[in-house]
Amino acid sequence: MSRITKTFERLAEEGKKALIPYITAGDPDKATTVPMMHALVEAGADVIELGVPFSDPMADGPTIQLACERSLKHGTSLRDVLGMVAEFRKTDKRTAVVLMGYLNPVEAMGYPEFVEQASAAGVDGVLVVDMPPEEARSVDSMFEEAGLDLIYLLAPTSTERRIKTIGEVGRGYVYYVSLRGVTGSAAIDVEDVERNLDHIRQHVKAPLCVGFGIQNAEAAARVSEVCDGVIVGSALVSRIADQADNPVQAIKDVTGLAGSMREAMDANAAAEA
Amino acid sequence: MSINTTEKQATDFNVEMPDADGHFGIFGGRFVSETLTAALDELQETYEKLRNDPDFQAEFDKELAHYVGRPSPLYFAERLTEECGGAKIYLKREDLNHTGAHKVNNTIGQALLAKFMGKKKVIAETGAGQHGVASATVAARFGLECKVFMGSTDVERQKLNVYRMKLLGAEVESVTCGTKTLKDAMNEAMRHWVTNVDDTFYIIGTAAGPHPYPMLVRDFQSIIGRETQRQCDEQIGRQPDAVVACVGGGSNAIGMFHPYIKYPEVEMYGVEAGGLGLEGDDHAAPLSKGKPGVLHGNRTYLMEDENGQIMGTHSVSAGLDYPGVGPEHSWLKDVGRAKYVAATDDEAIDAFHKLTRLEGIMPALESSHAIAYAMKLAATMDKDKVIVVNLSGRGDKDIHTIAELDGVTA
Repeated sequence: MSRITKTFERLAEEGKKALIPYITAGDPDKATTVPMMHALVEAGADVIELGVPFSDPMADGPTIQLACERSLKHGTSLRDVLGMVAEFRKTDKRTAVVLMGYLNPVEAMGYPEFVEQASAAGVDGVLVVDMPPEEARSVDSMFEEAGLDLIYLLAPTSTERRIKTIGEVGRGYVYYVSLRGVTGSAAIDVEDVERNLDHIRQHVKAPLCVGFGIQNAEAAARVSEVCDGVIVGSALVSRIADQADNPVQAIKDVTGLAGSMREAMDANAAAEA
Repeated sequence: MSINTTEKQATDFNVEMPDADGHFGIFGGRFVSETLTAALDELQETYEKLRNDPDFQAEFDKELAHYVGRPSPLYFAERLTEECGGAKIYLKREDLNHTGAHKVNNTIGQALLAKFMGKKKVIAETGAGQHGVASATVAARFGLECKVFMGSTDVERQKLNVYRMKLLGAEVESVTCGTKTLKDAMNEAMRHWVTNVDDTFYIIGTAAGPHPYPMLVRDFQSIIGRETQRQCDEQIGRQPDAVVACVGGGSNAIGMFHPYIKYPEVEMYGVEAGGLGLEGDDHAAPLSKGKPGVLHGNRTYLMEDENGQIMGTHSVSAGLDYPGVGPEHSWLKDVGRAKYVAATDDEAIDAFHKLTRLEGIMPALESSHAIAYAMKLAATMDKDKVIVVNLSGRGDKDIHTIAELDGVTA
C-alpha cells in the first residue's frame, strides 16, 4: 500500500480530512525548501505537493508563474528537487510527497531514469498537469512498477466518460479543480463543488481532494466538509512572495496560514462527529 | 512530371496523418490540463463533422476567393533567377492575400468554426502581429469580439501591427511574463481560454498546439500547396523539383508541403531562423538544433536546456521567434521526407534587399529566410530545374526594423 493510501486510511480512522499544501521547490531559494516542508508537517500537513518549476506553466496563474521564475533564477532542476525529497525523507518517513509540475522536465530526464530516481528519493506520487491519461498509456506501468501513484485532475467540465476513465487509472487521490481557470483564481463555491463531487464519487473510488480558490482557514474548513482533502497552493505561495527576501519569515507566514487551516478543519470535523 | 490531383497514388507516406488522437508518429498529441480537455473535445467533434461537409467547404472557398483574393499568383522571378544563375525561382505570392500574409487562410477557417459553434468571442496569440491582424480582421468581418495576446517585446518591435489591430477593433493584451515573446503570449492565451471556454474560441495561428489544432491549421493552409500544384501544371507543365518555405511554428510551410508529401520527387526544404548562427544559442531553430519534448500541448522538437526548461530564442523576425515547431514538421524531419535548414539574420536581411531591388517585391523578414536559402539552393541546381518559394508575407511591417539596422530613422 502506498504512503498516500495509508495516509488517507489513517485520516479516515481519525475522522479527519487531509491538508495538502503546495509549494514550489526552490522558492524563494533552494535552501529554504526542505526546512519549509518540515515546518509544514509540524503545522499539520498530511501530504506535501512539491512543485517542480517550469519555464512555461501554462495552467497556472501569476502567483505560481512568479514562484517558478524565482526558483528558476537559482537554476532549480528536477534533479535538485529529487535531492530535496531525499533530504526530507532522511527524517520524515511518514508524510507523503507528491511532485507536481509539467511534463517536459521529465521528458528531458527520460522516463526510466525519472521513475527510478523519484522512487529512490522517496517520492510517493506524481501529478503531471499536462499529461492526461490518454498520453500516459505507454508510461503508466513504469510509474506503477516504481511504486509511484499517478495522480490526475478532474474539472467541472469533465465528461462522464472521462470521470470513469480517471476513476479507473487514477491512483493515490484525484485532484478536483474547483473552478474554471488557472491556479490562484477567484474564491471557491462550495455548494457547486459538493454537487459535482457527489456525481464524481459514483465513478471514482480514490480519495477526492479539492484545490483552486481556497484562500483562508474558513474556506478550507468548509471545503473539507465535502471532500477527503484540501489542497492549498497560491494562498501559501503568495506569502512566500511577500517575504522572498526573508526566508525565515516566509516559513513562519506559510506555516501560520497552514496551521490555521488545520485547526479550522479539525474543529469542523470534531463538531460534526 | 504531372501530378494527378484527384487520384491517390501509391506512396510510403501516410497522408492521412495524424491518427485519431492527433499523433504524427511520436509527435503531436494532446498534452493539456484536464481543464482544457472538454473544450478541445468540442472543437474536434465540430471539426470532424465540418471537415468533409460540402457546405462548409463551399463557404470556406467562397471567403478565400472573394475576401482573401485567392488564388494568389505563382510568379516567375526572372531577375532573381538570373542573379543566382541556376534553377528557375518561382514565388507563391501569399504576400498578396488580404492582410498581407498567409495567416488569413487559417483565420477565415477558424472564424467559420467559431461561427458554427456559436462562440461570440475570439482570442489569438501573435508574434510578429500578422496572425493578430488576420484574427482581428476576420473578427471584424464576422462581427466577433477579439482579444489578441502579444509579448511586450513584440508589442514594442511591431508597433504598426499593434495599431492595425486596434483600428480593427481588437484589444491587444501585452504579456510581460517569461521571455515576453510569442511563447508567453501563447501561454497567456491558453490561460484566458481555460477561464472563458464557454463563449470563447481560441484561434491558434500556427500548425502547433494540442490536437486538433495542428491538423485543422494544416488543412486550412493546404490551399497554398494545392494551388501551387495546379498553377505549376498550368504555367510550367510540370511540378517543381523543390519547394522552400520558412518555418517558425510552420503553418505556411506545412500549407505548401502537405499536398506534396506523397510526391517524393519534389524535395521539401523548411528554413528555420538561424539568428546569429547555429553555433551559439541565439537562434530559433528547434528542428536543426533542438530535441523532442512537450510544450503547448504537443510533443515536438524544442529549444530547451539540459533540464527541460524552454530556452529564449533569437531571430530578427518576430514571427520565427518561437522555441517549438508544428508536430508534423518534426515527423517529416524524422522520416526524412523534408529537410530542415537555417538562414541567419544577416542572410535574411540580404535576401530582403535582393528581392526588393531585383523584383520590386518587399518580403516579410520571415519569408526572407526562405528566399535566402532558395538563392543558395538555386545556385547549386541546373537551369532547367524549378524551385517554388512560398513568399508567406509582405515586408511593410518590417520597414522599421530594416531602417534601424541601416541606421536610418524612418
